[in-house]
Amino acid sequence: MLELNHVSKLFNPGTPDEKIALIDIQLKLNPGDFVTVIGSNGAGKSTLMNIISGVLKPDLGDVKIGGTSISHLPEFQRSRWIGRVFQDPMAGTAPTMTIEENLAMAYRRGKPRGLSWGVSAARRKLFREQLQRLGLGLENRLKAKVGLLSGGERQALSLLMATFTKPDILLLDEHTAALDPARAELITRLTESIVREMKLTTLMVTHNMEQAIRLGNRLIMMDKGRIILDIPENRKRDLTVPQLLAEFERISGHKLADDRVVLG
Amino acid sequence: MFQSLTGAVELGLMYALLALGVYITFRILDFPDLTVDGSFATGGAIAAVMISHGYEAWIATLTAFAGGLAAGTCTGLLHTKGKINGLLSGILMMIALYSINIRIMGKPNVSLINADTLFSPIDSVTWKYILVLAIVVFAIKLLLDAFLHTDKGLALRATGDNNRMIRSFGGNTDNATILGISLSNGLVAISGALIAQDSGFADVTMGVGMIVIGLASVIIGEAILGTRGVFWTTFAVVIGSIVYRIVLALAYRAEWLKLESTDLKLITALIVIVALVIPTIRRHYKQKSNARKRTAELAVSARGKGGI
Repeated sequence: MLELNHVSKLFNPGTPDEKIALIDIQLKLNPGDFVTVIGSNGAGKSTLMNIISGVLKPDLGDVKIGGTSISHLPEFQRSRWIGRVFQDPMAGTAPTMTIEENLAMAYRRGKPRGLSWGVSAARRKLFREQLQRLGLGLENRLKAKVGLLSGGERQALSLLMATFTKPDILLLDEHTAALDPARAELITRLTESIVREMKLTTLMVTHNMEQAIRLGNRLIMMDKGRIILDIPENRKRDLTVPQLLAEFERISGHKLADDRVVLG
Repeated sequence: MFQSLTGAVELGLMYALLALGVYITFRILDFPDLTVDGSFATGGAIAAVMISHGYEAWIATLTAFAGGLAAGTCTGLLHTKGKINGLLSGILMMIALYSINIRIMGKPNVSLINADTLFSPIDSVTWKYILVLAIVVFAIKLLLDAFLHTDKGLALRATGDNNRMIRSFGGNTDNATILGISLSNGLVAISGALIAQDSGFADVTMGVGMIVIGLASVIIGEAILGTRGVFWTTFAVVIGSIVYRIVLALAYRAEWLKLESTDLKLITALIVIVALVIPTIRRHYKQKSNARKRTAELAVSARGKGGI
């Protein structure tokens, strides 16, 4: 479904701040794969997300979705296939617009935006049904401005908006990291059920080791711009956090260093 | 007294389209567009030249609209494709338009005395004048409202609100920006065309300071009526434009102020400053009390270990 071939990315090439963000990344996601990504600070996890979504262009290598190369496409055109939830709960929604207007924009993913009503009666009905799945009562607040919602509510809405048009690829970039534990747990639960229900091919960066093991069918470990370990489903099932950390240390030669890391 | 008030309402309605244009760029797109000073005169110039050459006034006004659209498109392209700073793109277009406007007119000003304008059939009766203007302005306002609630309009609003978000849903923010600036300057140009027809001439300097006047109208309207939703805010902007003209008329009538017509720009600047400062102060206090309320709520829910 998603394929990265020999992707490399350098920041500030030729300057004293030169930094290898990704080096010769090979990654293939099969349809329905739910891959969790862990790694230390500066391992290249976010760069990986940005390369796939088109925010950044790789210096070398190719990104393919469904066998077609999308490397030349700008971010907004790739959005046709890629749904994304950002770490910042404020990033995925438009604050001065209403909940239903936000959903209407998400609803038009990958389709031309013409002069038909953004929120028609039929669409409103659909939005209400979708919002019910979140179980937060947002279906009764369709006309509330999103800026009035809490961070958790906004992130739940972002998740719904990113997924309800069934994108080919779902990118989750530490999307629970900015929330308090209770809300993070809620978003994690929602993520799990939505991904399973819709069989979305998902790539999720997380700093929560326990979450990385519990969710998904595959786990990738990154360090210094490389994928250093790719754990398949059968091995992942019995994995524990200490084992994972030990494995990381053994391969990379240093401890997993992340100022936000949560061991679960 | 009454006459100067009705005059103020008339002017306010004509300038309301300018204000709606400035609202699109300044508020919706969050793009301070200075093209306005040029495109306002472009609208006036196109209308005046065409009418004085015998074209129907409504055709001349529509062509002025097209001229404004074109000017705005250029600014939008400079900013999005040329990656030129927003303010600078507007200033560049404003300067360029000064020469273009003289080219359009062939000279620095064109008279419309004795020509048939949009207002010729109605200008003998004041209430008719105001009524027709009000209907036209509100029709345009409603069209704009409707547009801002279509799929395209939503994408335009999101571009100003959170462009990262709309890009992640496939919205082309460059195109939305160009469309918004273009539409804005189209409205501004219609406003210029109306003013030229009302005052009986177009002059290359007629656009000077229009950005501030538009801004004053937007800010005054929002300060008086608030900003819940697009429909309400565009209404507030139209009202703001009228109130601005009434305030000016009253200031001129107060003889103890000894105001000259050349003091107009100073008064406008003062009005904008006052209108900008008051909401800031109000917002400050509101935010403070909101923060207190919200913190108290959170404290309660933390004690009760509430959900989301």
